[in-house]
Amino acid sequence: MQVNRRMFMATGVAATGAVAVPAWAQLRIEITGVGANQFPIAIPQFQGTHNSPVDIASVITADLERSGAFRAIKVMGEIPAEDLKKPRGPFWQTMGANALVVGTIEAITETRFATTLRLFDTVKGTVLTEKRYVVDKADLRLTAHQMADDIYEKITGESGIFASRLAYVLQTGPKAYELIVSDSDGENPKTALKSNQSIISPMWSPNGALLTYVSFEANKPVIYLHDVRSGERRLIASFKGNNSAPAFSPDGKTMAVALSMGGGTHIYLMSTNGTNVRKFTFSQGIDTEPVFSHDGRYVYFTSDRGGSPQIYRQAVDSRLAQRVTYNCDYAISPAISPKGDRLAFVSRMAGAFRVTLLDLNTMAQTVLTDTVRDESPTFAPNGKVLVYATEERGVGVLATVSLDGRVRTRLTGRRGDIREPTWGPLLNKI
Amino acid sequence: MQVKTKILFVSMAMAAGLLTGCSSVDLNPNSAEDIAMMGDPATNPDHPLNQQSIYFAFDSYSVGADSQDKMQAHARYLTTHPNAKVVLEGNTDARGGREYNLALGQKRSESVKDRLQLLGVPADRMESVSFGKEKPRALGHDEESYQENRRVDIKYLAQ
Repeated sequence: MQVNRRMFMATGVAATGAVAVPAWAQLRIEITGVGANQFPIAIPQFQGTHNSPVDIASVITADLERSGAFRAIKVMGEIPAEDLKKPRGPFWQTMGANALVVGTIEAITETRFATTLRLFDTVKGTVLTEKRYVVDKADLRLTAHQMADDIYEKITGESGIFASRLAYVLQTGPKAYELIVSDSDGENPKTALKSNQSIISPMWSPNGALLTYVSFEANKPVIYLHDVRSGERRLIASFKGNNSAPAFSPDGKTMAVALSMGGGTHIYLMSTNGTNVRKFTFSQGIDTEPVFSHDGRYVYFTSDRGGSPQIYRQAVDSRLAQRVTYNCDYAISPAISPKGDRLAFVSRMAGAFRVTLLDLNTMAQTVLTDTVRDESPTFAPNGKVLVYATEERGVGVLATVSLDGRVRTRLTGRRGDIREPTWGPLLNKI
Repeated sequence: MQVKTKILFVSMAMAAGLLTGCSSVDLNPNSAEDIAMMGDPATNPDHPLNQQSIYFAFDSYSVGADSQDKMQAHARYLTTHPNAKVVLEGNTDARGGREYNLALGQKRSESVKDRLQLLGVPADRMESVSFGKEKPRALGHDEESYQENRRVDIKYLAQ
């Protein structure tokens, strides 16, 4: 298999110095391995970029190339004026592009910008999408991601994931931890929480407004609910013993958590303010890492009730669980795809911990990675990509892999180890 | 017989001192006089009881016979000081997932709690928690580091 290692900055992005990764950026993205059949697209700089705080074309280019489904034709400078009036299909076809992105951006006031997007099919000579956005300066990057999602969907037929956020934990020292929220490409990292003790198991709420996580700041694990916009947080589980592994139900009204207050570690359900706590799993072993199914009817979880840790499934109104994983002697950290048809988890084989995918319809199982210390896989909102934590040369990094295993990216933190990723929902249009 | 046991305990204490890299443990936690001299383990980090972590073999969650003397030293202090309370912190080595290891560490701390209860310590003066693999004392990926991290620390709470 040909491994094609490229820094995304070196691809067909316009060479005017509009850099997609500012010097202060905390994450670096490498694309290793590419899928077949990449769609060639030309994305010249938007007219007016030289007066814009964000180079929208380069954000769109980076998003589309990172998906592995697109190849950006190398273009210099802003979109030629004649294409703004009437895109020259045959010309761009000879440049090798099957589609052309035509865009403009201009300031209306000091803080408000108008930006337009037109996606032109150079082969058929038709306009695939045309939109105008009026947004605050601070929302320009998000708008660029939404444009990338729009283009991605019009061409591939699948919904994109670029206008979404990641949250993850950064450790920069033995007593220095941060919970970070960033754009899906790692840009705009913001520290939601700083702590001198560990933070684990963050999870976005279904509406993307809240993060729940486990903090050890009280010298034992307790669970918080954190409003990302206001920065306010509330302690929702601090029972005797451990409080961990929080998970939201799809309607955002119920949480599943792992508590040791009853002796051993078992899963409980409770409301999102920590009341109405009721025991959910009843076994002689460890039950932990609950995740709800996409329809909220089941909880998948890790249990070693059978001797070794495996993934089980239990209906929300039942006390009986069924085992789901069979083909390895150690399976933990379940994640369910948005459509409920795939289960991702970490299997251990010959001492190597690897992200593994189980098709819940066919029960076909595939190991997706060749690293040996994978942790906590989670699905992107379109269910086509997984993000997980792994180690590279002793440093904690995040990685993504497409479900067919062919497109991979690596996100490395410049300042320390990064881990515990959670992928938030698509952000609503502004 | 008595002498042999004492020597065995002292060498174990020294070994524990080496493993933990703590300052030398010359005091014998089996000696009530030494314990009384060192005051409150909650406020004195050099107290001999603070050097008595319980170690576990790989894949094991029960307190071994070789930890018997340490357990008795803690039990003796806790039963003779009715206001003393402890948090039992379980830990695991670095291999495996974070949440599952949190639960495995909990198995260890609960095991120590059960044993102390059998030795007469009331349950309501102990809380067992776990750090899983989040707070390793040794950072290597070798067996020696792993062994150092498979342990329960008994922390006395300030009153």
